[in-house]
Amino acid sequence: MHRGKGMKFVGDSRVPATRMPNIPKDYSEYPHKTEAFWPNFLLREWMVGAVFLIGYLCLTIAHPSPLERVADPNDSGYIPLPDWYFLFLYQLLKYEFAAGAYTVIGAVVMPGIAFGALLLAPWLDNGVERRPLRRPIASALMMLGIVSIIFLTWESVDQHDWEAAARQGAIVEDVEIDESSEGYEIYMSQQACIGCHGDQGEGGAAGPNIFENDYDAEDYAEIIRNGQGEMPGDQFDGSDEELEILAEWIANDGQDAE
Amino acid sequence: MLQKIYDWVDERLDITPMWRDIADHEVPEHVNPAHHFSAFVYCFGGLTFFVTVIQILSGMFLAMYYVPDIVNAYESVYYLQNEVTFGVIVRGMHHWGASLVIVMMFLHTLRVFFTGSYKKPRELNWVVGVLIFFVMLGLGFTGYLLPWDMKAYFATVVGLEIAEAVPVVGTFAKTLLAGGEIIGAQTLTRFYAIHVFFLPGALLGLLGAHFYMIRKQGISGPL
Repeated sequence: MHRGKGMKFVGDSRVPATRMPNIPKDYSEYPHKTEAFWPNFLLREWMVGAVFLIGYLCLTIAHPSPLERVADPNDSGYIPLPDWYFLFLYQLLKYEFAAGAYTVIGAVVMPGIAFGALLLAPWLDNGVERRPLRRPIASALMMLGIVSIIFLTWESVDQHDWEAAARQGAIVEDVEIDESSEGYEIYMSQQACIGCHGDQGEGGAAGPNIFENDYDAEDYAEIIRNGQGEMPGDQFDGSDEELEILAEWIANDGQDAE
Repeated sequence: MLQKIYDWVDERLDITPMWRDIADHEVPEHVNPAHHFSAFVYCFGGLTFFVTVIQILSGMFLAMYYVPDIVNAYESVYYLQNEVTFGVIVRGMHHWGASLVIVMMFLHTLRVFFTGSYKKPRELNWVVGVLIFFVMLGLGFTGYLLPWDMKAYFATVVGLEIAEAVPVVGTFAKTLLAGGEIIGAQTLTRFYAIHVFFLPGALLGLLGAHFYMIRKQGISGPL
């Protein structure tokens, strides 16, 4: 830096009047094939970035990001699942030695030791040797960590009921039911129906939304007569004609058949 | 013309040293995939930063539509996903970017670990890097709640239950994050503020420190 007499400035500012030449540094005397980051290496890095971006965009277009139905805090039957990179921590809490009375071990002690060791790695492994095979303890512990993460994530994915979760999270279209229809009147007169499916047929803890499937009227009549899954049959308390109207009404998304 | 504008600004503000400081540094042979293909492992850090920049940009555009309250949050995401032009792309990039950033950061961590690059004199940069890792996990956790759909809500419920299990500070931490006893409106606005202001602020500071240190010390030498 220039000091003392002879310094010139731009106007009354502190900006020196002498310009630094705008040319790249010279790395030709550096060892081996060292090159300049700007612009030589950056141009090539730019191309790697472009290829990466294309792959990224293909992924985005091929798999739109998921969106389930709006959160319903009262739906306690929902199977929760964190994002995939938290699965190994989540899975750890399912093992006996790390759950229940020992939750502290799974939630604090084990992750705390692992991440604490990661944070303090430079002081735990403080030898001068850099090659992984020359510092076997550090390398082995890291491999153990990687294998545990992969194993726990795998187990978690394997144990999760993906189909049930997809069903629980699916967006159900709102059905505008006609409350003056004959079908609705019959539906409301059946305690057995509204007990589980609610007074709008919306479903609840005991029964699903009655409009969520695309069966036809005959199928619905069949289900009401004989039951299905956990739903018992022979609960309908009315004439066969009324049952037919009700089945039509369900198949017609809450409207009477024309 | 451009040269004249540059010279005009440079005469007054002396900008050449500023950007030359950032632009000029050497790339040693052992980290350059053009000379040794196996050196591609040195790309992971740069790619992590690349995805981070995409996350910031796509997040800025998402914030133009997203409304952080329990009545409208889901509706605004649904609208963004299904009605807004390219909304599905912008949200998709943010969604997948969140995963990619974790993958790239994990690979970068492994590269630094197995090349022993965290050893003296680079201990502090390793510590800052691990802190960045934690901030990224925090961003993932808080961002997951924001769409306010079933999986978002219940993942947060479980996450906060785990936080509550921590002895001594657990209850306090849960109340601090959830904004009260129940996980609801307060939780959503808190997670939004943490996701959009607190953690990105911390992230930018840590990234600045990370990059300053690597430029000051240079990249670690060949094994």
